Amino acid sequence: MTSVDLGLPGLRGVPTTDVPQNRKEYVSDQEVRWCPGCGDYAVLAAFQGFLPELGIKRENVAMVSGIGCSSRFPYYLSTYGMHSIHGRAPAIATGLAVARPDLSVWVVTGDGDALSIGGNHLIHTLRRNVNLKILLFNNRIYGLTKGQYSPTSEPGKVTKSTPMGSVDTPFNPVSLALGAEATFVARTVDSDRKHLTEVLRQAAAHRGTAFVEIYQNCPIFNDNAFDAIKDPETREDAIIPLVHGEPIRFGTDKRLGVVREGFASLAVKEIASLPNGEADLVVHDAHTEDPAYAFALSRLTDGGVLHQAPIGVFRSVDKPAYDDLVREQIETARGHGSADLQSLINGSDTWTID
Amino acid sequence: MNRKVTIEVKQLDRVVIRFAGDSGDGMQLTGDRFTAETASFGNDLSTLPNFPAEIRAPAGTLPGVSSFQLHFADHDILTPGDAPDVLIAMNPAALKANLRDVPRGATLIVDTADFTARNLKRIGYDANPLETGELEAYHVVPLNLTGMTVESVKEFGLSRKDASRAKNMYALGLVSWLFQRPTESTIQFLSTKFANKPDIRDANIAAFRAGFNYGETAEEFSVRYEVKPAKMAPGTYRNISGNLALAYGLAAGADRAGLPLVLGAYPITPASDVLHELSKLKRFNVTTIQSEDEIAAVGAALGASFGGALGVTTSSGPGISLKSETIGLGIMLELPLVVCNIQRAGPSTGMPTKTEQADLLTVMFGRNGESPLPVLAAQSPADCFDVAVEATRIAVTYRTPVMVLTDGYLANGSEPWQVPAVADIPAIEPNFATEMNGTNAEGKPVFLPYLRDPETLARAWAIPGTPGLDHRIGGVEKEDKTGNISYDPANHDLMVRTRQAKVDGVAVPPLTVDDPDGSAKVLVLGWGSTYGPIGAGVRRVRKVGGKVAQAHLRHLNPFPANLGEVLKSYDKVLVPEMNLGQLALLLRGKYLVDVVSYAQVRGLPLGAAELAEVIGNLVEEADGIDDDARHLGTAAANLTHGDKEGAR
Repeated sequence: MTSVDLGLPGLRGVPTTDVPQNRKEYVSDQEVRWCPGCGDYAVLAAFQGFLPELGIKRENVAMVSGIGCSSRFPYYLSTYGMHSIHGRAPAIATGLAVARPDLSVWVVTGDGDALSIGGNHLIHTLRRNVNLKILLFNNRIYGLTKGQYSPTSEPGKVTKSTPMGSVDTPFNPVSLALGAEATFVARTVDSDRKHLTEVLRQAAAHRGTAFVEIYQNCPIFNDNAFDAIKDPETREDAIIPLVHGEPIRFGTDKRLGVVREGFASLAVKEIASLPNGEADLVVHDAHTEDPAYAFALSRLTDGGVLHQAPIGVFRSVDKPAYDDLVREQIETARGHGSADLQSLINGSDTWTID
Repeated sequence: MNRKVTIEVKQLDRVVIRFAGDSGDGMQLTGDRFTAETASFGNDLSTLPNFPAEIRAPAGTLPGVSSFQLHFADHDILTPGDAPDVLIAMNPAALKANLRDVPRGATLIVDTADFTARNLKRIGYDANPLETGELEAYHVVPLNLTGMTVESVKEFGLSRKDASRAKNMYALGLVSWLFQRPTESTIQFLSTKFANKPDIRDANIAAFRAGFNYGETAEEFSVRYEVKPAKMAPGTYRNISGNLALAYGLAAGADRAGLPLVLGAYPITPASDVLHELSKLKRFNVTTIQSEDEIAAVGAALGASFGGALGVTTSSGPGISLKSETIGLGIMLELPLVVCNIQRAGPSTGMPTKTEQADLLTVMFGRNGESPLPVLAAQSPADCFDVAVEATRIAVTYRTPVMVLTDGYLANGSEPWQVPAVADIPAIEPNFATEMNGTNAEGKPVFLPYLRDPETLARAWAIPGTPGLDHRIGGVEKEDKTGNISYDPANHDLMVRTRQAKVDGVAVPPLTVDDPDGSAKVLVLGWGSTYGPIGAGVRRVRKVGGKVAQAHLRHLNPFPANLGEVLKSYDKVLVPEMNLGQLALLLRGKYLVDVVSYAQVRGLPLGAAELAEVIGNLVEEADGIDDDARHLGTAAANLTHGDKEGAR
């Protein structure tokens, strides 16, 4: 994975500091209250470890979350934070980002929060390309309400609310984001701190909405949902690693690869079976303008029980950010001479009585 | 052509005129122009647009009729008038749909062009009402306005369809002549509006002049009318609608608070014009976000407030229902937020373009938990400005969502407004926290986001970017002072009571009562847009000798401190509302006073005459006069022109 130079467009306008920061400064005084073994701990630790390297003032970081286990995240960070209401974090963060170009605004959400009750706000935030970083903790279950199926649960899932198995077709969060033409879309895993940190870095660097799906284990209600990609026995065949500029090749002995197939589709093949071997593999280009390519990649994710999924940055393209454009219009309007409130309310059609 | 008949000029103290036609006929524009002419002439005025929700209902049908009513006078008036003295009907449907409001003896100016058998049948006329004699109680002026319009613009070579579209200007020219309105501003307006379409511009101006000249030269009219300018307080005036006044008031409030305004809004009738107007004010650091839905709109506003801006959201009833959870969050976060509900007839979609004030209980109580917020209501179109400034002041000073109630009648109605000096509006002080305000158990300085000002109970408001004051807030119950999550029973009880006490303690001026000689036994108490009709009804009753007091509530939460005392000092309290008695319920519950509710929900403003009758009857009832001996109400209701409503 390429590393990113920290002259980060995503943080343009956010005041920096030369004073070195450390992880502890970002740890709040609140007791962390997730269940033992929850994947959220790993994400929190990685995030707290990652923030200091951004070199921005701590008071200019703002976390906005919705409702759910992951949405407790802001309480545990010593930054400004708002634990809002179910599904609405992207909308609230949009207002904050528009009003405050000097903040690095992060949204922390989950699969129920972002994809079910807040689905509308998510897709509209993505299409507008507001300069927000959205971390979607996907554990494929409702945890805080104690174990109902979520919009990412696999079909047939037996839960408290689906004793005979879920009949819902799940969302693929990455496909959904790409359908909304999100400009930065990535997927990472709670337990792979190095990869997670690198994705966070690239997300922070991106100007516009960065959408990061984090596979996160819920040990209480949906344990082992991501075993295939975590188990050393299986993970080499399960993780399709996306590295910009490199052929997409993986599997035990690197025997598998991704090739183009059919109409705008991609497929996983044994390299040995390909006419030209490795030369037939797709070279990953996250900067591909047409989201159809990244969408095709996203379809390599299992819809049901997870056996295989691409991990990494699917798409990273430049497009003007909504909040920048909104502020530009304000600045343009303010640049055009005086704004006299009195003459505004007087209007052009007054009469005087002596 | 020389006139053979001398034109008499008749003096009137007030006139109610209504323009009615298809929704595509430009009746709203015609009304606006007649209003502008009338305002510049110096009459007091009040307007009532009335239009269907359908943008273009099928032409010539009853549902497609759009109208604009204007009341103008040589004295101060309070309402757009109950019934038109003059109806301009541009087609048979406009005549039929409006006739029930027109009293006998009134003038009907009717465009006969569309009075064909087919058109008449379509709206249920078996025969032409202009010929059957069924209109003989009216002064009917049948004119082929369309035909004369087409004739007057033929030099411009427009198609018949385009040419006939100028018929509204022909009609405007004619009534401008009839009421001796100044015409320059309309010609100027048309020149500007159609500057890029010279043919259309010239045709409209020609039609307008032709209509004016027709009045002058034809012998249709033997009388012209004159309504002298009204005596108004010295100052600079403009005409303003409620939605525009609301937008300007919000901008002025933000300006006086030194805060950027961020509006989150989703289009909804009749609130959209506030979004439109604010979106034009970018040069005043006003940001508008047209959100994906009502919930996102209030969310964006609250997010902006979290960032230190003045978050505002504007909507109508259905949208307010959707916003309620986020408003509750605002109450918990204790952040400024101005929520404007431009009420319309409900429930559900109801009648989007019709007025009502039936959201009072919704905004008072329509959230989960004990979630009080201050509620203010505007009483006239121009008053929307003052209420918006006041709402901003309360929101910022007390760190709370504030609800502003207006309605479709105020939103689209207009009146002359003595423009205030912005510099004279007192500044609003956000008082952002910049320093630690407490110490922790170890004696170290800390920031306590829920430490309160002892006077206002407002919490400390530190915005992101303030060094050292980082903190986390949320919708989960918070511990007193620290704002940390708390499930402690005693703390919850304290916080619920504190949030209530903060709203109860909002500084509200005492209610003033208009009781000329202090001997009235009946008080009429209203809120919101009923101010005009109630005032007009009260004046009528006084005119015929009845003693009655009037008071009007601007602050519905908290109520003025003296309200209970005021209620108890009258034998009878009448509460007219455009709902089924929502304020009456609150008053009975809080003050144990058995108020008399007068409830009407027709989607229209209350009428001055109907209220005069109700008030008059109650005044006599309070005096112990038997039902069959009462006359005051009828006499007050039947007052006609010349019997000035305005006299006090």
